[in-house]
Amino acid sequence: MSRKILLANDHISGIRGLSVYRQNGGYKALEKALKTMTPEQIVEEVKTSGLRGRGGAGFPTGMKWSFLAKPEGVARYLVCNADESEPGTFKDRYLMERIPHLLVEGMIASSFALGARSSYIYIRGEYYYIARILEQAINEAYESGLLGKNILNSGFDHDCYVQVGAGAYICGEETALLESLEGKRGNPRIKPPFPAIAGLYGCPTVVNNVETIAAVIPIIEMGGAAYAAIGIGKSTGTKLISASGHINKPGVYEIELGLPVEEFIYSDQYCGGIRGGRELKAVVAGGSSVPILPKELILKTAAGEPRLMSYESLSDGGFATGTMLGSGGFIAMDDTTSIVKNLWNFTRFYHHESCGQCSPCREGTGWMEKILHKILDGKGSISDIDLLWDIQSKIEGKTICPLGEAAAWPVASAIRHFRAEFEEYVRNGRSVKDVKHYYRLNNIPEPVYA
Amino acid sequence: MSEQIQLIFSDETLAVAQGIIKRFPEAKKKSALIPLLHLAQAEFDGWLSPEAMIYVASLIEIQPIEAFETASFYSMFNMKPVGKCVLEVCRTSSCWLLGAEDIVNHIEKKLGIKAGETSKDGMFTLKTVECLGSCGTAPILQCGGDYYENLTLEKVDSLMDKMQQDGSRRVYTKDAPIEI
Repeated sequence: MSRKILLANDHISGIRGLSVYRQNGGYKALEKALKTMTPEQIVEEVKTSGLRGRGGAGFPTGMKWSFLAKPEGVARYLVCNADESEPGTFKDRYLMERIPHLLVEGMIASSFALGARSSYIYIRGEYYYIARILEQAINEAYESGLLGKNILNSGFDHDCYVQVGAGAYICGEETALLESLEGKRGNPRIKPPFPAIAGLYGCPTVVNNVETIAAVIPIIEMGGAAYAAIGIGKSTGTKLISASGHINKPGVYEIELGLPVEEFIYSDQYCGGIRGGRELKAVVAGGSSVPILPKELILKTAAGEPRLMSYESLSDGGFATGTMLGSGGFIAMDDTTSIVKNLWNFTRFYHHESCGQCSPCREGTGWMEKILHKILDGKGSISDIDLLWDIQSKIEGKTICPLGEAAAWPVASAIRHFRAEFEEYVRNGRSVKDVKHYYRLNNIPEPVYA
Repeated sequence: MSEQIQLIFSDETLAVAQGIIKRFPEAKKKSALIPLLHLAQAEFDGWLSPEAMIYVASLIEIQPIEAFETASFYSMFNMKPVGKCVLEVCRTSSCWLLGAEDIVNHIEKKLGIKAGETSKDGMFTLKTVECLGSCGTAPILQCGGDYYENLTLEKVDSLMDKMQQDGSRRVYTKDAPIEI
């Protein structure tokens, strides 16, 4: 079920440039949109397509667009979230670097649908060289009348600009992104009001991920219904998966949603199995923020159904036995991995990236990092494990933005599924290969977590 | 501390800066702050001194404290002097699973410094940073605008030798990749 829609032309030499992009069908969708469709019709197609936000939240894009307030005389903005910083995720980088014009075309078409006179692509500062590639593409578009005044003689005026960030994961949160775009510290805002009502400069704004905006182009080309026919259930279309970790073939794969996870990991068409002939131990399926799952639960749901790469299937079982598709940052870990050490690595990340506004997050992430460090140092106690559980539960749901959840979920899921490893570390300072074996051998009833 | 402005952009950089300012509504020049801070850092020895921030603030008609407030939030802005080549090694997730710690330890030993410090000859600063979006080609380091992926210790040695020979400062605002 490899299905190339976004990356159909990624292998064509020179596709980064406007002329090759156009030779291969580029900007035909924009022309169709500007000349034969109304903004309302485009929004309807996006709704019909079932496209969901590809940055991680999976919110229905058409619905988000329809929330955009339209007061008279007030500017509206489209902002592209190219801040890709979720550990394990590198698909937007690939798309922007290979086919920048797909994003540019998506920006113009989406702005037409939303009535935005200007749009911004906010790209993380570390991708500075890609910002240059995007600016080059935008310049080409201006020179060919695809941006600026009266685009393709349609009467639609539009300007698109690239804005670089400067190193802050939190600026991937849409309101922190807007703060950063306004030149300030990346502190998320309290929602409501949502950006659709009051966003950039207080004006109605839609913030969408790179992949989401790029997907608008094939949706215009084939129509929303045809897009919705791809995929499975409410997970329509294709998704770019960034696969990394202990696999033979890391990279970006565009898959039709609904592909079985087992096939994705072991088939030569995708990850090619675990490298060095080792065993799979755990997977973080959608970027570091989503719950980690042990091998048995990532390949099959708790009910014994094969797990599929889709929003619904990965979330099957809630957080008790499931996870999330998230950003599609698929990290596979083999049996040499210490879950405790890996958790410490993630928790350190969240502590570093916390903006500092909310006490639960600011203090909680630092506290969890210290406890994990203490455990790894051989100085932990069993009560530290319960303390970790307690702290994460007091962060979750109590912060201004979802970074709190993002920091809490990895801790909760690691303890939920791999508690024995933590206990082994406390008692003996080493990792444990077989969790169930440990409990059986030591006659300990397996802990149950809600 | 003297508030005298001594640093100014070259004509070329000033033209770029003014182009950036024009991207935003007239009353919202502060939006240009972060891009202009990047230009200032690249132009003024790789870090943001108080003088540099005061200058940038003057270009967009904001208070110097606003420039400092924003600059101090972001990890790519150096608030202290740095070496000519800032080696930023990714330390998160897949890079960490695939040997980032070895790379960091190797560079620390090679230069006789700890992460966060600068070599005595002012050539290299070692920084460990969070996920750079290169998980599929881990482990990696970034120096200036360039990503160096699929690293081995040999490649790191080769890279550092070539940078030492080349001797120039590396900045985010320019691509200057080295073959390793």
